Amino acid sequence: MPSLFAFANPKRFLDMSAAVLPWFVGATVLTLGTGLVLGFLVPPDYQQGDTVKIMFLHVPAAWTAMMAYGLLALCSLLGLVWRHPLSDVAAKSAAPLGAVFTALGLITGSLWGRPMWGTWWVWDARLTSFLLLLFLYLGYIALWNAIEDEVRAARAAAILALVGVINLPIIEFSVEWWTTLHQGESILRSGGSAIAPVFLWPLLLSGLGYTLLFFTLWMVRIRTEILERRARAILLAGAA
Amino acid sequence: MSGLLAMGGYAAYVWPAYGVSVLLLGAAIAATWRAYARAKAQLAALEKP
Repeated sequence: MPSLFAFANPKRFLDMSAAVLPWFVGATVLTLGTGLVLGFLVPPDYQQGDTVKIMFLHVPAAWTAMMAYGLLALCSLLGLVWRHPLSDVAAKSAAPLGAVFTALGLITGSLWGRPMWGTWWVWDARLTSFLLLLFLYLGYIALWNAIEDEVRAARAAAILALVGVINLPIIEFSVEWWTTLHQGESILRSGGSAIAPVFLWPLLLSGLGYTLLFFTLWMVRIRTEILERRARAILLAGAA
Repeated sequence: MSGLLAMGGYAAYVWPAYGVSVLLLGAAIAATWRAYARAKAQLAALEKP
């Protein structure tokens, strides 16, 4: 597949990402800003009061955390199969961002759970599998840092990432498979969304904003890693 | 205004949720941007001769 390899060329990636980066920054500011302001201004929910505002921080963070892991695993698979360095760079660059979104999902969830469920934490399937997602990210980062040789580190980390992918469907369906305090799927469900439109639109905008923020930062981190590797290559060539 | 600050009695949960979100996302943006600027400067210095 020559087209895919052409796209996966670091030089090509630098050129293309430089062209789209300003647009991503603009779209992120616009959607994230609008989504969060609209989310802040929603009327209190008839059951949850003003804690419903936490939804616009919690749901987008958790969604982005899972999407980021899916992308990390996909890049890991491409890196294992095609041994292409850019795939490894992309996977590595996604991990710290994914960890931040996962931590945000856990913390904001806890701050929402305390007033609504009466507890900061419960060891049920949804919360436990989501905590495992944080440990997968941290383990992935630790593995990269523990192995000095870049090729070997990428391979070991990719295998960990692929083993951990089994956790994604567990998180997704945990609220159906097991008894839990966490509510079930509310947006994409048969019979239509269970969220009132006044809450749904700010939520979708915030979700889009978080998603675009992830892609923007991911792109910048991949660029950073490519530039760093180029600098290292120059230094090595000079030392030889 | 005081009603907004009180968050209908849930201020102790809603405001920290906003605080931690702004803090962590801000830190991620700042760290990403700093590393990018550093890498650009380093490579520029190496390619100059």
